[in-house]
Formats: sequence, structure tokens, C-alpha cells
Amino acid sequence: MPKKAILIVAALMMMTLSIPAWSQTHSEAYKDNIYQTGPLKPTDSVLKVKAGDPAPDFTLPSVSGEKVTLSRYRGKKNVVLSFVPAAWTPVCSDQWPGYNIVKDLFDQYDAMLLGITVDNIPTLFAWTNQMGKLWFPVLSDFYPHGKVAGTYGVLRSDGTSERALFVIDKKGIIRYIDVHDINKRPPLESLIRELQRLK
Amino acid sequence: MKKHLLWPVLLLLTLAFANTLPAAGPPQPGGQLPEFKFPLPSERIDKGYLGLSGWGSTFRIPDIKARVVIVEILSMYCPFCQKEAPLVNQLYDAIEKDPKAKGNVKILGVGAGNSAYEVEVFRKKYSIPFPVIPDPDYAAYNLYGEVRTPYFIAVKINQNGTHEVIYSKLGGVGDIPAYLESLKKSAGL
Repeated sequence: MPKKAILIVAALMMMTLSIPAWSQTHSEAYKDNIYQTGPLKPTDSVLKVKAGDPAPDFTLPSVSGEKVTLSRYRGKKNVVLSFVPAAWTPVCSDQWPGYNIVKDLFDQYDAMLLGITVDNIPTLFAWTNQMGKLWFPVLSDFYPHGKVAGTYGVLRSDGTSERALFVIDKKGIIRYIDVHDINKRPPLESLIRELQRLK
Repeated sequence: MKKHLLWPVLLLLTLAFANTLPAAGPPQPGGQLPEFKFPLPSERIDKGYLGLSGWGSTFRIPDIKARVVIVEILSMYCPFCQKEAPLVNQLYDAIEKDPKAKGNVKILGVGAGNSAYEVEVFRKKYSIPFPVIPDPDYAAYNLYGEVRTPYFIAVKINQNGTHEVIYSKLGGVGDIPAYLESLKKSAGL
């Protein structure tokens, strides 16, 4: 019996120590509407592109109504693709609002930001409305489901996408890829450092 | 292990690991803040504002030279914290213009899940005059009860070094003059 007790307490202690750092802030902006996913498998897909490859072109509908084609930025702007897994989930809800206050940094490096999820437009509309007015387009990779995410190799087995950043230069070449642990937000400084390198 | 030693040892081990678990909720008025050592701000102006000496690498809230410290738990990534930022700056200005509050009531931001870089981006964007301490691993945030943001906790610091939470609330501080008066009253200013 005491041995069993020791084992139980030891197991509890191990669980305590191994709690993953997925706790996230949660803005009052979303009130009780954030669905708690709990910790998820950090990544769950295999990249189909690599740094140095031309970025696969796509056209997707945006929340504002216009269709956005990646290649229209070629020769004009660097582009950051920010895939986030799903609307109304903890980490994603607190990622784009941060990018929303650093337009000046994106401008400084002549970069455009495109936010992409596999959600449909009405869901994205309701969700991004909670973030305030966003300066960048939010694109829906909903139908055919996750086609663009699949092309880049960031579509997870449950149909959501990875939390992934792609930096594409003005020539349309992928210069940086960060398929991040889905449970964590990529630090802003890593992305800005990569934008600095484009100059 | 002898049987009579087992349970005291287990109890001690459990207690030793208890502080790695998240707190049950935010600190409440009448209670105390959880013990936490924040990294000392690197800027001299921030250390000066908080009245902290340059010695050591950490500080506790009751070490701050003030009668009342308002702790704002925020995140650069939180839309309501962004919206609230100019209002908290107004509260700072109101404190600095009030002869009884100036030097006695201080504000400290805690950037939950924010790196030092992200905290600086937030401060620069909203011209935040008070220090904001990065909490990149959510260590303070977890200890303070995993609150939604922005969350405000005001702490009265007594001359004998003890302290007491006098305000703990989610969201904005509301009517700034009324809020400041209530804090001054609680601290006998």
C-alpha cells in the first residue's frame, strides 16, 4: 500500500512538472466565446515547400469581400502569410490583434500581411470583428477545404491548419518558414528579424 | 522507507510542488498577492519610478516605493488592452498631477506571455510612461489566477513592509478621478 501511494504521488508530481506551457492570455474582448482546445499535438503535417522555393500562387476570398491573389504582390511587396489554426480558439485569438498594432513595422520592411484560416467567411467576420479594425486582409481557405494550407503542407489531420508563418520576398520566393508549436504564439521579434533580412 | 515516515514525507513533497500549479483565482481584496519575484527593469528611469535600487536582479511588488501599486495584467496581443492603454495613461497623468498621489501611487504593467521586445512594442505604440515587465512564460500570470486581460489589482503597501490587496477587477478602471480618490482613501492619503 505505501509503495502504491508513493507511485501515485510520484505520478502526480510528474504530471505537475510536465504541464505544457499552453496557458494563454485571453482578452476580455472575446468574453466567454473562446473554445478551450486544451494542449494539442505541436505540429501535425509535413511541409510541401521549403525556403528558396517559389511560393505556390493562390486566390482566396477575404472577409472584406474582395478576392486576394498572392502573385499580385510580386515585384511590389514582400508578403507574410500567417496561417492560424481556427477562429475562436485561445492562441489564435491573441495573435493577429498583436500584428494589428505593428503596421508601421510591416511598412518599414515593405511587407504585406495576409491572415489565413480554414474557417468560412461568416465565422471569420464575427471573430475578427472582436479584434478591432484590422489593417490586413483575412482570407478564407474554407472551400475546397484547406486547399492552400494543403498546398503549402500545413493542413493538419483534423482539418485545421498549423500556426505557420511564411515570409515571401518581392520575387515570390519563400525566404522563411516557421511552422510553430500550435500551442504557442510565435514571438514577434523572430518575424521582424526575418523581415529585416529581406532588405 | 519506514511506514511512520512515509506520510509526512509525502505531505512535504506535495507542498513543495504545490506552487508549480496555477492559482485558483486572482488575489481578492483583503488578501495578499502571491509571492513572486519580477525581473528588475533594465531602464534606469523605470527603476527610478518604482524606487528600486539597482542592486539585485529581481524585485517583489511590496519592494516598490509607494503606498499603493496598481498592477495591470495585460498583453500586447489583447484588443481590450490596446483600447484601454490610453485610459491607463490618463490615470497615470491624473496620479502625477495629484500632489497627494504623486510618488505614492504607482502603476506597474505585467505583459503576460509577452517577450521583452513585445512589451517594448506595446509601450512605444501607446507611449506608456510606466514600466511594463515581460512575463514571457506566463509565470506571474499563472500565479495571479490566469485572469482575462486587462486585469487590475491595486495593492496597499504598509510602512512595516506588509501589504494588502484593495482592488481586483477585470476590465477598465472606469471613472478615473473616482477610482483615484478611492485608492487614496484606502491608503489614507
